[in-house]
Amino acid sequence: MGIKAKRTLGNTITYIVLIIISIIWLFPFVCLFLQSLRSYNEGGGGMVEYLLPKQFSLDSYKVLFSQDSQFVRWYLNTLIIAAFVAVLQTIVVLCVSYALSRMRFAGRTFLMRFWLILGMFPGFLTMICLYFLLKQFGLTQQGAIPGLILISVASSGMGYYVTKGYFDTIPKALDEAARIDGASRARVFLTMILPMSKPIIIYAALVAFMAPWCDYIFASYVAFGYSDSYNVAVAMQRWVWTNDYQGYFTRFCAGGMLVAVPITILFICLQKYYVEGVTGGAVKG
Amino acid sequence: MGNSANSGKGAVGKFFSGVGNEFKEIGLTFAQGDWKTKVSYLIMGFGPLMRRQFLRGFAYLAVEVLFIWYMVSFGWHYLKDFTTLGTVARVMNNDGTFSYNDNSFLILLYSLLTIILIFAFLVVWRMNLRENRNEEKLLSAGKQLGTVKGDLYSLLDSHFDKTLLALPVLGIFVFTVLPIVFMIFIAFTDYDANHQPPTNLFTWVGLENFKNLFSFGTAGLGSTFLTVLGWTLIWAFFATFLTYFCGMGVAIMINKKGIKFKKLWRTILVMTIAVPQFVSLLYVYKMFANDGLVNSYLMKWGVISSAIPFWSNPLLAKIMIIVINLWIGIPYTMLITTGLLMNIPEDLYESARIDGATGFQMFKSITLPYMLFVTGPFLLTQFTGNLNNFNVIFLLTQGGPQSMKLSNNAGYTDLLVTWLYKMTINDTNYRMAAVLGIMVFVVTAVISLIVYGMLPSVRDEEGFQ
Repeated sequence: MGIKAKRTLGNTITYIVLIIISIIWLFPFVCLFLQSLRSYNEGGGGMVEYLLPKQFSLDSYKVLFSQDSQFVRWYLNTLIIAAFVAVLQTIVVLCVSYALSRMRFAGRTFLMRFWLILGMFPGFLTMICLYFLLKQFGLTQQGAIPGLILISVASSGMGYYVTKGYFDTIPKALDEAARIDGASRARVFLTMILPMSKPIIIYAALVAFMAPWCDYIFASYVAFGYSDSYNVAVAMQRWVWTNDYQGYFTRFCAGGMLVAVPITILFICLQKYYVEGVTGGAVKG
Repeated sequence: MGNSANSGKGAVGKFFSGVGNEFKEIGLTFAQGDWKTKVSYLIMGFGPLMRRQFLRGFAYLAVEVLFIWYMVSFGWHYLKDFTTLGTVARVMNNDGTFSYNDNSFLILLYSLLTIILIFAFLVVWRMNLRENRNEEKLLSAGKQLGTVKGDLYSLLDSHFDKTLLALPVLGIFVFTVLPIVFMIFIAFTDYDANHQPPTNLFTWVGLENFKNLFSFGTAGLGSTFLTVLGWTLIWAFFATFLTYFCGMGVAIMINKKGIKFKKLWRTILVMTIAVPQFVSLLYVYKMFANDGLVNSYLMKWGVISSAIPFWSNPLLAKIMIIVINLWIGIPYTMLITTGLLMNIPEDLYESARIDGATGFQMFKSITLPYMLFVTGPFLLTQFTGNLNNFNVIFLLTQGGPQSMKLSNNAGYTDLLVTWLYKMTINDTNYRMAAVLGIMVFVVTAVISLIVYGMLPSVRDEEGFQ
């Protein structure tokens, strides 16, 4: 067998494997989509042994947007949390990263080590204490939305690694030159470093924006049964565990599509920045 | 190891000589200082105020006034009960209603806050002395003291770090440090369902909770703890390394010369990162449920006669979790390794090919060593992240299947963190949850320390930063 034939064979095998992988990866999402199109009155709530809906309909989507469902409210809750967290957390992370990357001050290494150690405690350990603290500020149940934003943003300074790593790669000589010309640190940060850091800012904001959509633990604990303050994850989780395949589970699929599609599109558009961020973070550790 | 012991001794020695120097300087400042400085020992900021440093002077004075006000009106009331955590939970009034008295939760939380604030106050007090000494030095050298404008400008320039870090550090203190310290202390109390403030008190029990975790009698948690810990480690190992090697394999396939639509393959895989996990994982969970899609299709086709217990058989559930985690994890590793694989110089492969190396040999002696070197820190963070990978377990099995053999509602696929979560939410067994939290910390810290020391890239990149 010649080299050429060998290569063609190798490539063919690779294509076959890649196609199989793609099918495995996409299959659940296709099922999710098809199931969300099932009509509502297809019999009982038990199991089904077919994938294609017998009758395509938008019933489940209609239910989500009807008066009976609070889905729109939950969706907006999550969107508000995600937007605020994305903006505020990015600002916090950028501030911390700049200070740690560029400035040398007493206690700098102590701070970094201390945060590293803090990060080794599991996050859910402090749940009851956080709930109590939020309650003191009136930020549980009715106030759960600002409360959740506050918790996420307050501790976000510890996640500076990737951004600091990026700042470290920008030559310090640039800072020094500007400072000799009389620019203050703040000016250097705002007018020089930030404009040069667009990729990492987009990465940080993207990651911060996506996290609240999955937040179940704190969101359910802080909202504590007050359904107006639920986010999509908390609310829709309850639909799945009803074991009602035709009703609630179909509704879950429809809701899942509405959550997944915009986020996936956003993510795929910004994929380039995401890859840059995770790769940089992985190599520098 | 000898090296680190020496440096450890050095650090301790440094610490004590540092403390000694501090006291020496505090004494010297007093002995050599003028009367304004001496008054500043009692009335903070007095010296700066007299030297017309109004901003700094008032700031120090305000700190002192606020601190005294805090201690008198608030802190002391809680701190005095710190040793007992309260003696009387509630008293019955004449009309039969209760009025609440001591609340152990508040006493512990606010006592800790007060203790930390006392230390912070001491630091500020020390800064106040140093400020006095500096001012005296400057004046005796005939120099001008700084202006208010200069002080404020320095916050944007030489002290810009303080401006940047003030809020983040405060946030981390209130919402991370204080709660963690609080929970560490909870591990030494009997705070559980039977001791819930404000109706009941809880109090110190010493090491009883830790003994309970390591006792292997019928009442103890020992065997359950070991089962859960064992699975946590096994899970973290497979979740990290299987995804790592499979992800790298997929990346190599996509990177291969002559393969088209590279971007399309990547985008398809990346879907599982983009779609929120509660949607994708919950759906997959239902697919494999006893009455889910997979089982019903297999039954329809007559492959099986009764449903495969994907989630209720402990071993099968564990395998399912690891396999489904591949679905989530491979794209992530694929993204990271793609860029790195392209960094490997092509001529290395060329010369290997001329020497007649097979694909596998090249992978073994060129690709793998390079990748392990570069992604060492990533593997470590992945491993510790997987030890605490709450979402995958919780959304798929919620720790189940449960068993009578395991105590405290633990299930066969529970990780330490999901068990901790169940203890907090379902059992309100805060004392044991706190102990488990400390154990998670210990496991993470020990593994990180051991592995970190072994990483080749850490030693080599020491000078890189």
